[in-house]
Amino acid sequence: MSSVAASASAPAARPARARRPSTATAYRWELRKLVSQKRTYLGFALVVILPLFFVVFQNVHQRHDRGGDNIFASQITQSGLATPVLMLLFLSVFMLPLAASLVAGDIVAAEDANGTLKTILTRSVNRGQVFAAKGFAAVTYATIAVFLSATVATVAGVASWGFRSVRTFSGSVVSAPEALLLVFAANAIYLIPLLTVAAIGLLLSTATRNSAAAVVGTIGIVILLFIIAQIPGLEGIKPYLVTEQFQNWHGLLRTPTDWAPIWHSLWVCALYAGPALVAGYLVFLRRDVAGG
Amino acid sequence: MTDDRPPVRARGLVKRYDEVVAVDHIDLNVHAGDVYGFLGPNGAGKTTTLRMALGLITPTEGMVELFGRNPLREGARALEGVAGFVEAPRFYPYLTGRKNLELLAALDGDGARERIDEVLAVVELAPRAVHRVGGYSHGMRQRLGIAAALLRRPRLLILDEPATGLDPAGMRDMRLLIRRLADDGMTVLLSSHQLPEVQDLCDRVAIVDSGRVVYEGALTDLRRQGGAGYRLRSSDDAGALQVAREQPGIEHPLVDEHGLGFQAEEPAVGALSLALGRAGIGILALTPTLATLEDLFFRLTEHANGAGEAHAALPEQSANGADRLVPTQ
Repeated sequence: MSSVAASASAPAARPARARRPSTATAYRWELRKLVSQKRTYLGFALVVILPLFFVVFQNVHQRHDRGGDNIFASQITQSGLATPVLMLLFLSVFMLPLAASLVAGDIVAAEDANGTLKTILTRSVNRGQVFAAKGFAAVTYATIAVFLSATVATVAGVASWGFRSVRTFSGSVVSAPEALLLVFAANAIYLIPLLTVAAIGLLLSTATRNSAAAVVGTIGIVILLFIIAQIPGLEGIKPYLVTEQFQNWHGLLRTPTDWAPIWHSLWVCALYAGPALVAGYLVFLRRDVAGG
Repeated sequence: MTDDRPPVRARGLVKRYDEVVAVDHIDLNVHAGDVYGFLGPNGAGKTTTLRMALGLITPTEGMVELFGRNPLREGARALEGVAGFVEAPRFYPYLTGRKNLELLAALDGDGARERIDEVLAVVELAPRAVHRVGGYSHGMRQRLGIAAALLRRPRLLILDEPATGLDPAGMRDMRLLIRRLADDGMTVLLSSHQLPEVQDLCDRVAIVDSGRVVYEGALTDLRRQGGAGYRLRSSDDAGALQVAREQPGIEHPLVDEHGLGFQAEEPAVGALSLALGRAGIGILALTPTLATLEDLFFRLTEHANGAGEAHAALPEQSANGADRLVPTQ
């Protein structure tokens, strides 16, 4: 440093009023940070490997007589488009919430533990902008995880069993293109409860300052709500549990479309996500950044 | 405009963690152009104070302003023209040095990205900027911290122990860099354990101990008030010590391997030289000395530790030679 330190001139004084960066800029860098971290791909791997494993397993066993309660399970070898629906049914309960909480629970706490939170909070962005950028990044990650899983399941299913029409929960047959549209629409609807889980993860990440506690805590809440739903005598609160909304997309795969569970999940999830985001935001604004 | 306002002004700053008072009614006044040393033992409250100054933690009481702006109320706007780091600078280990700077430049806006090459050159990290920070040494991270701060073209640079962990050459380079930045008009608030570094660089200092300011003011005033000292080499040091003890106005006479050391006003020194001549003791050398910052630091902090209410005070020699504490500015 010596030679240059002695010769280079110091940067000139800046103007008194500087243009500050936007929240979109902070968001873009949150995504870049996610892309650069190995752990980001762990969640993606979870939601990609399972559909692939399922399709390979089905092909190896060559079972054509799948019946059972679920109409899509009985069609698994008749149309490749039954696979993404069945996968959403399986993954929506635990694996996708786990993937969402891996990032949402980590996104603030990890920076706190590493000391980089103080680094970015002493630049020209406000705390509110940083929180919003992190929230949007967690939402983006969860959304990509859902559609990545759906895409892999669709491609693998169609490659194995063809792009054919399917029967919906109501028993009516829809064409393959329409079924494809419904598959992705169902995944979009599923994002409502999933992003609610991400909001809870973000709150825990902000409040606990500990990645493991936030991730485990988020999944713990999901499991707890599942247990509560099974307790006799508590049937009355069951429709208001966020975990019960994980199947909200079923309404889309009925003929005619049943919008009631979708609207219901929308306001129930808002009751969870809204307070979680507001609380997380307030904690983030007021917290002492003493780590690192 | 805020430019006329002091770079740092703190009043009655307090930070409590339950029963522990980390910072106890600290007042600070950093003037434009100062190289301001912020000194204190470990746990004195320096880093907590700097964190409050940067808006990272909320004071329990009191306020701090940077160029007239309160970071708690005005957020990032209060940090315009301000840069630096508290404790060790932290970066994303999975990104390269350059990517880290690109990220921070993006969060700075205002053309900071265009200065990346310039600041990397200043800290001599350009060749290593393509490597991940996870593989950087401590010294390299410190230098990257300086580079990250310079990206903002600050008018106030806050550095918390910037030389910690650096080898002697690195420390010298860091001193040179800070000196040059200060010469170019930058105000520097330097928290440091390196007392020679502070003595070399700083024109004003605040010394804190147990969360309280025990001295704030010009370093030269502090050293002057620390008492003028003399070092005398004679033909008979033991005899000279005996004479000095009997001489009015000669305080703290002490003989060591370098001769006789004492503190006194000039008239008393003249009287002593005459008395030594009368006693047949030859004077080989008589040299005035000034108390070092290290001497004063330990005197101030040790006094504050034992003096209860004796904060915001400076030890001064009393007539009987004992230190006493007097309020400072």
